[in-house]
Amino acid sequence: MSASEQKKKPVRWHIAVFLAPAVLIYTAIMILPLFGTLQLSLFREVDQSQVFVGFDNFRILFGDPRWSESFWNALFNNTWFFIIHMLVQNPLGILFAALLSSPKLRFSVFYRTAIFVPTILSFVIVGFAWKLILSPLWGIAPDMLDAVGLKSLFAPWLGKTEYALTTLSLISVWQFIGIPMMLIYAALLSIPDEVLEAAECDGITGMSQFWKIKLPLVLPSIGIISILTFVGNFNAFDLIYTTQGALAGPDYATDILGTFLYRTFFGFQLQIGDPNMGSTIASVMFLIILAGVSLYLFGIQTRLRRYQF
Amino acid sequence: MAKATHSVTRSFAAHAILATYTIIALFPVVVIIINSFKSRKAIFRSPLSLPDQETFSLIGYETVLAQGDFFLYFQNSLIVTVVSLFFVLLFGAMAAFALSEYRFRGNSLMGLYLALGIMIPIRLGTVAILKLMVASGLVNTLTALILVYTAQGLPLAIFILSEFMRQLSADLKDAGRIDGLSEYRIFLRLVLPLVRPAMATVAVFTMIPIWNDLWFPLILAPAEETKTITLGAQVFIGQFVTNWNAVLSALSLAILPVLVLYVIFSRQLIRGITAGAVK
Repeated sequence: MSASEQKKKPVRWHIAVFLAPAVLIYTAIMILPLFGTLQLSLFREVDQSQVFVGFDNFRILFGDPRWSESFWNALFNNTWFFIIHMLVQNPLGILFAALLSSPKLRFSVFYRTAIFVPTILSFVIVGFAWKLILSPLWGIAPDMLDAVGLKSLFAPWLGKTEYALTTLSLISVWQFIGIPMMLIYAALLSIPDEVLEAAECDGITGMSQFWKIKLPLVLPSIGIISILTFVGNFNAFDLIYTTQGALAGPDYATDILGTFLYRTFFGFQLQIGDPNMGSTIASVMFLIILAGVSLYLFGIQTRLRRYQF
Repeated sequence: MAKATHSVTRSFAAHAILATYTIIALFPVVVIIINSFKSRKAIFRSPLSLPDQETFSLIGYETVLAQGDFFLYFQNSLIVTVVSLFFVLLFGAMAAFALSEYRFRGNSLMGLYLALGIMIPIRLGTVAILKLMVASGLVNTLTALILVYTAQGLPLAIFILSEFMRQLSADLKDAGRIDGLSEYRIFLRLVLPLVRPAMATVAVFTMIPIWNDLWFPLILAPAEETKTITLGAQVFIGQFVTNWNAVLSALSLAILPVLVLYVIFSRQLIRGITAGAVK
């Protein structure tokens, strides 16, 4: 390497050739449209031409009652969607990973493979499958509750405003629990045996070994799954759309930012689509995700010590 | 060790928890598949029993195959997934090679730029992507989807592959250079075969979201002749909500190919995720 660098540095065209296709496609289809969308959010269509309005669209989105009510509702729902994932999906994922990583567990390959199955299915399958199972028409869910004597607990969960969003969040948890499980499992496996043996010599075994040795060592992975969950949740759309439609019923109870963006952009029923307001919502989503990612990169990740073995 | 009984209860508890959750994870899939082979009456009367001679029926599958153009949808999904995957792997490996092999000004900046897309979802640019596709006349073509999915898959592919390529021995490549191989040949003949395991991992990670995506087919290519299987199933089920046989069969048809692929690739997938662990 150094020899070739000391020569009078001919232009190394091959580097450009290697980089060009990826950089071109990535820039043209991803980065430019992203900035294009941010830019569109600063304009409004007046008499069939785009007029620059500054941050007026954002003011309307946050403050004008025709928009702000839907927006805050979607944002609130989206936050709840995220909280359920953090409270249910990630702790359960960590629990399963911890159980799977115990060295003498039999059938662990089977469990691992089976729990990951929902993750590979499409939202369409997951959404409709659960819709059928929870449907009061078919009666699988009420019959099963009946079998354990809890039939009174049954309600058409997807059809009630107070349960629908939580039910959908849990369906989404069911689908994606494989990802935190696998990532934490990998992290647990990478803890070297010497560390665990040393802990055992000091009499730290079982549960206390998990809390005192393993958990602190996999904290960076927990940080990664948290940020992955955050980005995935604030960008979610498909599950709500397949089960509840673009109107995110009942009565917008399951409306999240993704479905709100879709409705605004394409219009629905009597309202016609509005690309500028759509871009505004997309920009807000971008800022939320950017804030989350920055908080993770600069606030959390740098503070978590990475252990090199 | 004195804690033998203790560990027996603990392993029993572990099995109980994992087995319970395994049932929860597989239950909906199993229910859908067994009921798709039953007659309408049996679906409602005893949803949890296996089909027997009396209740066995293929009426749902007949409806699906007669009504929906599922072979076309399947073919569209296959073309989009395979072509996007090819470009992601080829362009991703090329860029990863440039980033990991050569020192040049702006290298780490370029790496950072390309890594942005791992965290920022491409969907947020949808409004402008649709404008771009309309302007270039690519709406309702598979090309539009292929371009979008290639762009979507590249950041993670470049990130994983360049991490992997950094671990390759420099001696081998230098030996190639001394033997007069061009940089392109070194990439094609020496590096690509060595990173094949990492490529397989990237392939699995890239493939699943593309195959399952609903958003971009819905927005960029909703026409009948460009529908993917995910969108096709969504529309079909929406139209046939009351025909339970057809809905269950359509769902089973959509599950099976993915499930088969998963069973074939699950080792690769899991090895890929846990790759960091066995470094």
